[in-house]
Amino acid sequence: MRNTRHWGLTMSDSHDELNFWRKYVFSTDHKTIGIQYGITALVFLFFGFSLMMMMRWQLAYPGQAIPIIGALLGDTFVNRGAMLPEFYNQLGAMHGTIMVFMGIVPLAVGAFGNFVVPLQIGAADMAFPRLNMMSYQAFVIGGVIMLLSFLAPGGAASSGWTSYAPLSDIATSGQTWWLIGMIFLIFSSLLGAINFIVTIIHLRAEGMTFFRLPFFVWSQLVTAFLLLLAFPALQAAAVFQLMDRLAGTSFFLPSGLVVGGEASAAVGGGSPLLWQHLFWFLAHPEVYVLILPGMGIVAEVIAINTRKPLWGYRSMVYSLVFLGFMSFCVWAHHMFLTGMGTTMSTFFQITTMIISIPSVIILSCLVISLWGGSIRFPVPMLFALAFLPMFGIGGLTGLPLGLAVPDVYLHDSYYVIGHFHYVVAPGTIFAMFAGIYHWYPKATGRAMNESLGKLHFWLSFIFMNGIFMPMMFEGMAGVSRRLFNPEVYNTGLGAHGLTVISSWSAWCLALSQLPFIYNFFASMRKKERAEENPWQATTLEWATPTPPPHGNFPSPPVVERGPYEYSVPGAASDFSPQAVKQGV
Amino acid sequence: MKDPQYGWWLPPDVSTNGWVVDQLLAIIHWFMLALFVGWGIFIIYCLLRFRAREGHSAVYEPIKAAFSKWLEVGVAVAEGVVLVALAMPAWAAIKNITAEVPENPVIIRAVAEQFKWLFHYSGKDGVFGAIGSEFISTDSPAGVDPDDEAGYDDFWVYGLHIPVDRPVITRLSSKDVIHSFKIPVMRLTQDAIPGLEIAVWYQATDTGKFQVGCAQLCGLGHYEMKADFVIHSPEGYQAWLDEEHAALGFDDE
Repeated sequence: MRNTRHWGLTMSDSHDELNFWRKYVFSTDHKTIGIQYGITALVFLFFGFSLMMMMRWQLAYPGQAIPIIGALLGDTFVNRGAMLPEFYNQLGAMHGTIMVFMGIVPLAVGAFGNFVVPLQIGAADMAFPRLNMMSYQAFVIGGVIMLLSFLAPGGAASSGWTSYAPLSDIATSGQTWWLIGMIFLIFSSLLGAINFIVTIIHLRAEGMTFFRLPFFVWSQLVTAFLLLLAFPALQAAAVFQLMDRLAGTSFFLPSGLVVGGEASAAVGGGSPLLWQHLFWFLAHPEVYVLILPGMGIVAEVIAINTRKPLWGYRSMVYSLVFLGFMSFCVWAHHMFLTGMGTTMSTFFQITTMIISIPSVIILSCLVISLWGGSIRFPVPMLFALAFLPMFGIGGLTGLPLGLAVPDVYLHDSYYVIGHFHYVVAPGTIFAMFAGIYHWYPKATGRAMNESLGKLHFWLSFIFMNGIFMPMMFEGMAGVSRRLFNPEVYNTGLGAHGLTVISSWSAWCLALSQLPFIYNFFASMRKKERAEENPWQATTLEWATPTPPPHGNFPSPPVVERGPYEYSVPGAASDFSPQAVKQGV
Repeated sequence: MKDPQYGWWLPPDVSTNGWVVDQLLAIIHWFMLALFVGWGIFIIYCLLRFRAREGHSAVYEPIKAAFSKWLEVGVAVAEGVVLVALAMPAWAAIKNITAEVPENPVIIRAVAEQFKWLFHYSGKDGVFGAIGSEFISTDSPAGVDPDDEAGYDDFWVYGLHIPVDRPVITRLSSKDVIHSFKIPVMRLTQDAIPGLEIAVWYQATDTGKFQVGCAQLCGLGHYEMKADFVIHSPEGYQAWLDEEHAALGFDDE
């Protein structure tokens, strides 16, 4: 009966008239925070994407002046409009950092998790609303530090998003800004993770048992555990590296370094591989942080638009939990080429093969869920359906990389870039688009335009593949990643045509986002209101007024059935909501 | 090899071990393609057959029995195949590549630094001089102890020269940051890590001129950290060694 007490408290708050600052800027309402996260993350995503578009120019037309933008950039970045290698390395490092830590995670967890989870479990708000606000603020501070780091002497961090030591230890001061920024971003994620775990465990509405939770909530719960348990390793590593850079320690510096012909002043005795272990101990679970919320959204959208229960909901949940656990046991498959012995590499190859099993089960369940449905194709469903083969390619191309022998050839090649972008870009980002189109009517009370949405989908689908499929071939052709000018090598010269296809696809993908951006803002100003439950969905978020008021539910919902009761024989309509609407 | 071709697929392979990598790549990609096409056909079939339309409604009861069981078993078997038929032979293969000690090898030290590869040969005596980072200087970039007689005939060059049909062991190390020794035509990549010395072995099957590259981001000049990779005929290799030896100022005995 904890829930009821919580209800009482929040409801009395909800009648206070809040001023502009409390309502929109320093809000403690999970929905406002979710939208703040969403808009900020989308801006960062577009910024990170823009960095990559400049890199694509250099790759397709090495040494030529960047059109328009080249003339606007300072001497430290370009030479007569043509990109300098130091700027290319900064762009590469910051593209990765921004997309992963400031784009996808805040969007998948901060935005969708915050907005949807309390609504789906029937809670009035998150368990710790002020902590929630603080989590968003730490994220903004971290993000601003990252952006400002471009102004540091020597520019932003340039050692890759992986920041391998000792390169990062001896890099220019942008790296220090990167580390401080990361500490804020990690802090933000940790606060969020604790909040999600407590919220999901304690604030479920009456009757909302764990196996009545929508799959999306499960995905957020497992994600929160991953963030909570994996991020501290990187937090510690970031502090170590900061000390190496500022306090003269040698956590990651071995003895006897000779840099640029000068013996290093560092005392030495450290290990460069320590950084890699700490980094990948975070960064492999991080991969699942990037993908699981996407799978959650796709599961919701597929169940609703097939008008039937998800196939194998329970095995999906068990797979999800197993996936979360196993993600802590595979990190060193990123390190096969560090001179690792046969025993170690065998262990990590086997765990890597094992972790593919639960992913295959989840994907298979989603695919089999289509069988026997009555499938509608609104825009969110298009994105959700496209997620399946795109994530499929991303997952499958992980196989040769997860086995040490083919990895000997493919490691650090464009194949790797193609592989993880298939997981995260046409995979997770498509799931994010599905979520935006799906919940937009709930958040704003207005529907997005279907035709513009379809245009956005088809163009994005074509150009996403146009960017990343050629990379698979480039990797096979032996082109290494992170090269300012791949044409220095004969493999790069041979594969140049592929690079040009990738680059043009990237620029076209940017143009393909214009219908979305217009649709996103113009739909808000529509006069016509969306229906309360436009998708005829069963889960609790659709049982609230639209948009949900502060405190969400007019009275506490009581849950009577599972989340995917569609087309129940004998029922009045083809969907049976989890809670019958309470009197308002 | 005359004029090796580089295009949109695997570059030429002139190594004894490369076929293991190429074969595994082929098997895994056919397997991936089969799974992908299978899934794809199933999805498209479902989308067409179960599309929403007049007079069609969804079925609440989950599909059961034969079909779902077949799929569950299929998934399990596929995973089993990946593990047993692919991961295990892969393990055996990598063991063969790295653990078997080749006979009569050529031993070369490769020392990476920003942004070049230095190759250190032991000279006529076949023995490397003592090595230490404290001996590194402009005159001795490989860090050989100037007082060690074994090092008097050592020499170092900025290109990798090896003989064909003979195993080569390369002992990799780095002076500053992490680099990665990548030779696409040998299907070989190995990180060079400061503070560690890591050995790899390979054997060429054809002569020709190729490239060694750096595959791990190592700073500003990472993209141009490449070296020539020359595979000589046995006579050609001996001639090259003699030439380098003569260049040290030794009288030929």
